[in-house]
Amino acid sequence: MPADLDALFAAREIVIFCGSGGVGKTTTAAAAAATIAARQGGKVLVLTVDPAKRLANALGLEGFGNVERKVPVSAFADAGVTPRGELWAAMLDTKESWDNLVRRHAPDATTARRILDNPLYQNISGRFVQSHDYIAMERLYELYSEGNYDLIVVDTPPTRNALDFLEAPQRMADFFSSRFLRLLVAPARSKVVNFATKPFYQVADRILGTQFLQDIAEFFILFQSMYEGFVERARAVEQLLRNRRTTFVVVTTLEAAPADEAEFFVEALAARKLPLGAIVFNKVLPRYLLDDDAVRAAEHLCASPQEVASQLPADVGERDQVERVLKELAESYLRFHVVAEREGEERNELAASVDVAATVPYFDTDIHDVGGLLRLGAAIFSPGFRS
Amino acid sequence: MTVDLLDRRLLFVTGKGGVGKTTVAAALALLASQHGKRVLVGEVDAKGNLAEFFSVPPTRFAPTEVQPRLWAMTLEPEESLKEYLSLQLKLPMMARIGPLARIFEFVATAAPGVKEVLTIGKFLWEADRGNYDLVVVDAVATGHIVGQLGAPQAINELVHVGLIRQQTDWMVEIIRDPARTGLCIVATPEEMPVSETIELAARIGKETDVDLAAVVVNRVLPELFGRGEEEVFERIESASGREALTAALGPPAGPLVDAARLAVTLRRTRAEHLERLRAELEADLPMLYVPELFSRAHGLRSTRLVAEALAAELGY
Repeated sequence: MPADLDALFAAREIVIFCGSGGVGKTTTAAAAAATIAARQGGKVLVLTVDPAKRLANALGLEGFGNVERKVPVSAFADAGVTPRGELWAAMLDTKESWDNLVRRHAPDATTARRILDNPLYQNISGRFVQSHDYIAMERLYELYSEGNYDLIVVDTPPTRNALDFLEAPQRMADFFSSRFLRLLVAPARSKVVNFATKPFYQVADRILGTQFLQDIAEFFILFQSMYEGFVERARAVEQLLRNRRTTFVVVTTLEAAPADEAEFFVEALAARKLPLGAIVFNKVLPRYLLDDDAVRAAEHLCASPQEVASQLPADVGERDQVERVLKELAESYLRFHVVAEREGEERNELAASVDVAATVPYFDTDIHDVGGLLRLGAAIFSPGFRS
Repeated sequence: MTVDLLDRRLLFVTGKGGVGKTTVAAALALLASQHGKRVLVGEVDAKGNLAEFFSVPPTRFAPTEVQPRLWAMTLEPEESLKEYLSLQLKLPMMARIGPLARIFEFVATAAPGVKEVLTIGKFLWEADRGNYDLVVVDAVATGHIVGQLGAPQAINELVHVGLIRQQTDWMVEIIRDPARTGLCIVATPEEMPVSETIELAARIGKETDVDLAAVVVNRVLPELFGRGEEEVFERIESASGREALTAALGPPAGPLVDAARLAVTLRRTRAEHLERLRAELEADLPMLYVPELFSRAHGLRSTRLVAEALAAELGY
């Protein structure tokens, strides 16, 4: 087992970042990729799903889609860094990735065209939430298979159930081999609804209407022509996730809800025998908030601000104002102390389940250039913060 | 003329993950029930944790009374379909075609939008039939809310006959009536939630007919120092000030001053995001501010505190 994050990233070819929404997963993944490119060298790709505008700007991704772009060396130079390797970035374009998939697996160009033009397909590829999960992993597989990168860092889609994307390849395979797809497609082919499937049809028909049902059937008949390629591909994608060169990093803040979800994530990875490489605790409050002596001092200050105020030089301010400021300062410490205590508990519990844990302090500025990413990366990879 | 938030019949609450969407939905429902309304609060996500915000065991599809006049439920699309079919179709043949789950899986997988319609349809129906004065929905996150609220319209475009189609017309009518239906976006004063809120507000106006009723800003930090006090703090923070404070308090004086600086910085950063949010939203859109709760983030206690804060903001 790698002893720290540096070793983990050096030993793996794919690092998949997961965690619930709002924990800074996308930024953390980008920062890790930038830092590895700068320090360890090689060609590093960060595949991101839904970056904030300023992050997209920082990576030079504004206005670009599926195609990988090299982050210019000048962006590193602006931060005073000469990178040892190259940083590349790509943004997941769900629609385009689906279209590519269809083109690849359709038996011929005409079928591909008919699928791409089908209104139902357009609806599914653009809006179908599950398709988002699948296509992210599919795209990862594609990029990995092309063999252009030493390391691929993946930011996963922000699903409520953060593990959906792990199930997606299997679900996709199941869907294509499902009885219902066959049920649906069969009558449109034979024009005879057999006895066993008739009730099923009656219900489906009353809910959706005959015309729509026929539209769906036609679409799936076309889609089924891709069956074999698709299922095979989904299996290969799943294999890739289990490959020993792949690892998962869970990102979380220490607030109750994200931490609960991180715990669920850790358990779910274990249940699937997928390797959890590290946990990154993000936006953690500073350690000085956990100082017992400071708590006692704050309590003392709250109780008798007059006493302390009288010991300060007169030029600090008017006495009653100084008292109020001191009292407020002490109360503020105690408020944040409670939060830091709670976070510390969460952290210890979660850290027990993993070999490598990194703690990233709260940054009060948002990241909008490579320099910012490297500063965050320095905190992520800082040995001083190892648990 | 705008309708008071809690005087509508149906409120959808959305927000970026982690901003406290469920807290705010629970608190709005609690507040309305405290003011004599019969309220149903429901979550659309079966994996959600609405029940925790009332400190009760997990809720189910059938509403349970969690507080006086306040019922909570968790939407399960399959149950919703079952209820719907039995009410609308009176289908005794259900037993013959095997588990409904399979039918549902088929319908939801094959026809995009159907699942969303079954989801919000249940709440629209509850709001419409008059068992409750107010229905509050802990809806999907910002990324999916437009799809969810727009589903009836999308279905109208895709499906031309059939039961689903018959139902979507009245759904569209309720959704677009601002006297009955409103959307609340929950945000925190941080960059990403603020940006998403601004983008969503624009999309709601352009792509849906739903009335944006309010933006709730959660976790607003208190102003640490009043007028003139910040200068006093800065003098305490200076080298000589720290020295004097350390003489009086001992070494822990350092962390106390650092923590206060952190609090001031956080407050200031968040204030900038708040200003951007206010500037980018329609001037007459109500914004409600909920302070940061330092002590708890879960449970009925925190729901009560947020409800109190919202009551103050709404002038109750």
